[in-house]
Amino acid sequence: MNKKFRVTALIVVILGFLSVAGWYLHHTNIPVLEPKGPVGLQERNLLFFGAALSLVVVIPVFTMLFFITWKYREGNTKAKYSPDFDHSRIAETIWWLIPAVLITILSVVGWNSSHTLDPYRPLSSKTPQMTIQVVALDWKWLFIYPQQHIATVNLVQFPMNTPVNFQVTSDSVMNSFWIPQLGSQIYAMPGMSSEVHLLASQTGSFNGLSANISGAGFSGMHFIARASSEKDFVSWTHNVQQSSDHLSMAAYNKLDQPSENNPVTYYASGTSDLYGTILAKYDGPGTAMSGMQGMDMQ
Amino acid sequence: MIEFANLLGKLNWNALPHDPITAGGAATVVGGVLVVMAALTYFKRWKWLWKEWLTSLDPKRIGVMYIVVAIVMLVRAGTDALMMRAQQAVSVGNNHGFLSSNHFQQIFSAHGTIMIFFVAMGLMFGLINLVLPLMLGARDVAFPFLNSISFWLFGAGVVLVNLSLVIGSFSAAGWLAYPPLSELRYSPGVGVDYWIWSLQIAGIGSLLSGINFLTTIIKMRCKGMSLMKMPMFVWTVMGAMTLVIFAFPILTVTLTLLYLDRTFGMHFFTAGAGGNMMMYVNLIWAWGHPEVYILILPAFGVFSEVVATFSRKRLFGYTSMVWATWAIVVLSFSVWLHHFFTMGAGADVNGFFGIMTMVIAVPTGVKMFNWLFTMYRGRILLATPMRWFLGFVVLFTIGGVAGVLLGVPPIDFQLHNTLFLVAHFHTMIVSGVLFGYFAGVTYWFPKFSGFRLNERLGGYAFWCWLVGFILAFVPLYILGLMGATRRLDNYSPSLGWQPLFIVAGVGAAIIAVGLTLQILQLLVSIRQRQQTRDTTGDPWNGRTLEWSTPSPVPFYNFAVTPEVDSRDPFWAIKQARSAGIEDKSTYEAITLPKNSPIGLFVGTLAFLIGFGAIWHIVWLAGISLFGILVLVIVRSNDDHTERHISAKKLEELDKQARTQERYA
Repeated sequence: MNKKFRVTALIVVILGFLSVAGWYLHHTNIPVLEPKGPVGLQERNLLFFGAALSLVVVIPVFTMLFFITWKYREGNTKAKYSPDFDHSRIAETIWWLIPAVLITILSVVGWNSSHTLDPYRPLSSKTPQMTIQVVALDWKWLFIYPQQHIATVNLVQFPMNTPVNFQVTSDSVMNSFWIPQLGSQIYAMPGMSSEVHLLASQTGSFNGLSANISGAGFSGMHFIARASSEKDFVSWTHNVQQSSDHLSMAAYNKLDQPSENNPVTYYASGTSDLYGTILAKYDGPGTAMSGMQGMDMQ
Repeated sequence: MIEFANLLGKLNWNALPHDPITAGGAATVVGGVLVVMAALTYFKRWKWLWKEWLTSLDPKRIGVMYIVVAIVMLVRAGTDALMMRAQQAVSVGNNHGFLSSNHFQQIFSAHGTIMIFFVAMGLMFGLINLVLPLMLGARDVAFPFLNSISFWLFGAGVVLVNLSLVIGSFSAAGWLAYPPLSELRYSPGVGVDYWIWSLQIAGIGSLLSGINFLTTIIKMRCKGMSLMKMPMFVWTVMGAMTLVIFAFPILTVTLTLLYLDRTFGMHFFTAGAGGNMMMYVNLIWAWGHPEVYILILPAFGVFSEVVATFSRKRLFGYTSMVWATWAIVVLSFSVWLHHFFTMGAGADVNGFFGIMTMVIAVPTGVKMFNWLFTMYRGRILLATPMRWFLGFVVLFTIGGVAGVLLGVPPIDFQLHNTLFLVAHFHTMIVSGVLFGYFAGVTYWFPKFSGFRLNERLGGYAFWCWLVGFILAFVPLYILGLMGATRRLDNYSPSLGWQPLFIVAGVGAAIIAVGLTLQILQLLVSIRQRQQTRDTTGDPWNGRTLEWSTPSPVPFYNFAVTPEVDSRDPFWAIKQARSAGIEDKSTYEAITLPKNSPIGLFVGTLAFLIGFGAIWHIVWLAGISLFGILVLVIVRSNDDHTERHISAKKLEELDKQARTQERYA
C-alpha cells in the first residue's frame, strides 16, 4: 500500500511538473521553432526531421533497456541465464546496419542542405536583394546601408520579402551575428568579410544578438532586427537620412571605442566605403594577408 | 613585452584580490591548504605522507592521488557552476546579479578548464593507474618514474589554476580562449597566461602518461594475453592513449604560439599583421575534439567491465567492440570542423565534416547495443556501478541524438553557441565521462581500500545526480531553442528565459546535494569499513585479473605473474577451481622501483617555470628550467633506483596477505 502510494505520488508530481512546463512553453516564444523566414523555416524542418529519424534508434534502445533490466534482474530466477552467450552474427550485423542506414539518410540530407542552406548562397526571390554591411564593435553592432547611404547602431531595418545579403565583419574580436527567428548565424571576424543571406516573410521586430563571447560588454550586444513593409522601409530610410549625425571617419573612430549597452543610433550618410576601410585596417604592410584573403571563404 | 629590469616582473600588491567574492575564493583556497597542513601536523602524518604517497612510484598510490585531486577539483569547479547558475537565475534586466561580467567570464572559463583538465583527466588517469597494470597481469607500468613526473606536472597545473584565485586573475576568454579576445590587446592581464601555463604543464604530463600507458599495454601484458584477450577497458585505454599521443602535441604547440603572441609581440593569431585567428580555432579543435574521445573511451571501457560483471555474463560482441573503439579513434580526428560550421568554410567543407560527425555515431551506437545485449539473458545485480551505467544509457542516448542533429550544418547554424549546445556536451560529458568514472571508482574501490562503499548513500547520490541533471539541463536545451546564447551574464526579462534559468539553478543545486552525498558516502564507508570489508579479494564476482589479487592489492600486485588463456581469465580460474583444478605457484625474485622525490621536485620546478612565465619573472623561470635539467641528469646517473624482493620473502608476504584476507 505504502509503495503504491509513493509511486502514485511520484507520478502526480511528475505530471504536475510537466503540465506547468507545457503551459509555460505554450505561452512563450521559442524563436528557433517559430521562424519568420524561409531560412529559419527550412532549418527548423531539418531539426524536426532529424529528431523524428533518431526515434528509430531511441525507442528500441529505451524499450530494450527497460525490458532487459526488468526481466533479467537478479531476483527473477525464472528468466533464462546464458553466461556464455556473447556473440550473434545476425544481431551484430543488424546493429551495425541500422545506425549506418539512418546515418546514410541523414548524411545525404546534411550534404544537400549544406549546399541549399549555405549562408553564402543568394536566396531566390522575385524582389532584388539588398545589401547591408554589419560591423561588430566593442560592444555594439554597426549596420551600414551602402545603397541607402545611411548607417545605424543596434537596430537594423529591412523590407519583408526582400532577400538581404548581410556582409559581416568585425573591428574588434570575433563575434557571431545571429537573428534566431530568421535563421543561420555567421562569425564576424576582423579583416574578413563573411556573408549570410536572410529573408523575413512577415513584418515584425526580432531579437538579434552575438553568439560568440567577445569581452566585458558581450551580454549587452543585442540589437533589433525589424522587418517592415516596403513603404515603411522607405519612409524609415528618409527619416534616418534626416539625422543630424554623420558617420565621418572621426565619428566612426569615436564609435569604435568600447562602450556597453549602446542605445540605438542613426547616422545620415557616411564615409564612402567605410566597410572596405574597416576591412583594410587589418591589411598590414608587407604581411601575409594575401594568403589570408585566400582563406577569406569563397 | 618582458621587462628584464624588474625583479618581480609584473607582480605587485595589486595582484591580491580586492572585491569580497574573489577575496572569499582566495580565502577558501588558502584556508583549505592551511587546514590540511595543520591536520597533517597535528596527527603527525607528514613523514607518512612523504614516504607512502608523495614520493611513491607505485601506480596504485599515484592513481589514488590523481583521484583525490580530481574530487577536490570537482568540488571547486562545481562551486563555479553553482555561482554561474545563481547569477543567471537573478541577473535579469536592470538587476545585474552579484557578479561583474568579467568575474562571471572568469568563472565559466575556469569551470570548463578545470572540469576537463583536472577533473575528467584526473579521474581517467587515476583509474588507469589503479587498474591497468593489474588487468594486464603486470606489477607496474612501463616507466614508473615517468609516471610520477606526469602526476606532478598535473599537480603543478592544478596549483597554478587555483593560485589565480589568490594572486592575479584567471582568463575571461572561455575555456578555449579564442583569439583575438585572448590576445594581449583584448586580455591585457595575466588571466590568459594562467590558463596557458596550467594547461601547458598539465598537458605535457598527459602526453608523457599517454606514452607510458601505451607502452605498458604493448610491452607488459602477462603471458598468454594476446591482443584479442585483453579486457575491454585495456582496449579503450589503448585507443585513448593513442589519441593522447597524436593530439596533445597540437595543444602544446598552439598554447606556445599564443604565448609568443602575447609575450613577445608575435602575430600567429592576432587580427592583422599577418596573424590568422582561424588557424588557432582549427588547431585548438584538432586537439579538442580528440580530447573528448580521450576522456570518454576509457569510460566506455569501465562500462564494458561493469556491465559484464554485474550481469554475470561475458561481454557481448567483443570483436565488434574492439572495432568500434578503433573506428572512433580514427574518426575522432576527422570531425573537428563541426565546432565552427558557422565560420563560413563553404558548403563542401561543412558537408564533409557534417557527414564524418554523423558517421562517428555508428560505432557509438554499436557499443550501446552490445552493452544491452550483454545484459540480455544475464543476472543483473543493480549495484551502484550498474545504476550509473543505466543513467548513462538514458542520458547519453538523448545527448547523442542532440549531437547528431548538431552535426547537420544548417541545424548547427541555428543552435551553435547556444545553450542547446551547452546542454548537449554536458549530457555527453557528465553521463559518459563522469558517470563512467563514478561507476569505475565505486567498482574498483574495494580492490584498493579493502572495503566496499556504502550502497545506500551511493544510490541516493545517483538519484540526485540523475534528477538534478535532468532539471539542470533540459531547460538549457529549451533555452537554446529560445535563442539563448551561452555565456550571458545578463538578459532582458522580455525574452521569457528566467523561469527556465531558475529551474536549471534548482537542478544544479540537486547535483550539488548528490556530490555532497558522495563525499558523505566516502566518510561513512570509512567508518563502517569493518562491515563491508572485502575478505575474498573478489567482492563482485569479477572476471578479470585484478580480482584474483587480495584486497587491498599488495604493493607487488601479483606474487606470481599470472598466465592467461581466455578473455575473462579470473572467471575461468574460478570455474577451474570449482572443478577441482588447483593452481600451482612457484615464487621468483622480483624487482620494483624505489621511491623517488624527484617527480615532486620536477613538478615544483615546472610550477615555478609557469609562475615565472605568467608574471614575467625571467630569472625564476630560467633557474627552474635549469633545475629540471639538473634533476634529469642526476636521476639518469642514479644506478640504485630499484629494490629486489627475494622469492622467499615474496612467498612469506603472499601467504600473509592471503591468510589475512581469509580471516580478516
